[in-house]
Amino acid sequence: MCEMFDLVYFSSVSENTKRFVDKLDPNAIRIPIKTEEAAEFVHNRDSVLVVPTYGGGNDTSTVPKQVIKFLNNPANRQHIKAVIAGGNTNFGAHFCKAGDLVAEKLGVPVLYKFEITGTPEDVSEVKERLAKLWQTKS
Amino acid sequence: MEKTKLISRPINWNKIEDSVDLDVWNRLTQNFWLPEKVPLSNDVQSWGTLRPHEQKLTMHVFTGLTMLDTIQGTIGAMSLMPDARTQHEEAVITNIAFMESVHAKSYSSVFSTLCSTNDIEEAFRWSEDNPYLQKKAEIILGYYNGDDPLKRKVASTLLESFLFYSGFYLPMYWSSRAKLTNTADLIRLIIRDEAIHGYYIGYKFQLGFNEASKERQEELRSYTYDLLLELYENEIKYTADLYDEIGLTHDVKKFLHYNGNKALMNLGFDPLFPKDECDVSPAILSSLSPSSDENHDFFSGSGSSYVIGKHESTTDDDWDF
Repeated sequence: MCEMFDLVYFSSVSENTKRFVDKLDPNAIRIPIKTEEAAEFVHNRDSVLVVPTYGGGNDTSTVPKQVIKFLNNPANRQHIKAVIAGGNTNFGAHFCKAGDLVAEKLGVPVLYKFEITGTPEDVSEVKERLAKLWQTKS
Repeated sequence: MEKTKLISRPINWNKIEDSVDLDVWNRLTQNFWLPEKVPLSNDVQSWGTLRPHEQKLTMHVFTGLTMLDTIQGTIGAMSLMPDARTQHEEAVITNIAFMESVHAKSYSSVFSTLCSTNDIEEAFRWSEDNPYLQKKAEIILGYYNGDDPLKRKVASTLLESFLFYSGFYLPMYWSSRAKLTNTADLIRLIIRDEAIHGYYIGYKFQLGFNEASKERQEELRSYTYDLLLELYENEIKYTADLYDEIGLTHDVKKFLHYNGNKALMNLGFDPLFPKDECDVSPAILSSLSPSSDENHDFFSGSGSSYVIGKHESTTDDDWDF
């Protein structure tokens, strides 16, 4: 496997995002499901964050609260180099909104958007983009 | 799965066994809507610009969707009730069933706003006579009435995440041509609900699947693909029957493949249809989001979402969201 940034991800007990991430990197790091543990969780190596989108547009819980807690720690968020977002086009303009929100706040690119657990084509495309991102790192 | 229901227990929402139950309950109730809030009468003029065969097609498509919502509201969702793992799941199922009935009723709101009584009656007669629509109902009902709880969940997820889409295509198509845009807004609310239903029932299926033996898992996996293909074969005929006249069958099929894959993913299975059979017309995809500004290009993989953002330092205040 070629060198790339660590993958840090959040996946609820439904494990949809985990299924996608497992196909990218078996050593990916999971943000804890328990909110208080997520707040304490530290990952201080350069990483790409994979975040699922919650809600359907009528609510304020678009970004999972565990991810917010994780990013509240500057030591964590300064290492995020890009964001990959999960979602469902059924939610229209809300599709993968969590990725847009987090990327904007961090000033980093949204590397890719995938649906539910991702297709094989999504996996190969993301791998390619992760490799490119690694090559262009400063 | 353990059933300890000898004693009647009141539901305690302060003691949650599965956090997904509460999350989904909150999402569904926050998304609650009624057709009366959509200004359908603004579509009256637009309806008049459709040719007679286009109007008829639209009505047939909507009675077909009404049929699925009727089945799901009164039989499909309720058939999941006896196998609920928690009392909170039971409560979520009542919400799903009720919203399906709201969906079914909303098509009647469209009809009463846009169509004559005679035309409405013709469309409902059509739904009773159309062999492919009847066959679709028959296949699904067969599994809903069957005695395997996990197979009922598969059938339910395939209905929620796959079977609706031959119908959803048409209002999205009209919307992409700036026709029936208020009706399309209503359909988008239904599409959003169905995504949550498919996600939730698929998730509950996976809980049972993960507890099953390897042999049983294999049986469920091949059952799922077989059922999808059985439904798909009929769906292709249904699609051709409806859409051949206006030449859209080819593109509707792509929309079916695309959503068939999503249904499988909701159940935790790998997608079946290859990418080049799922490249739905971009006009349809962007009409899923009413104010889509096209800042991503999901299907071509051309990478328009891969833009290097401007860097700006963040402050701690930024993270209070």
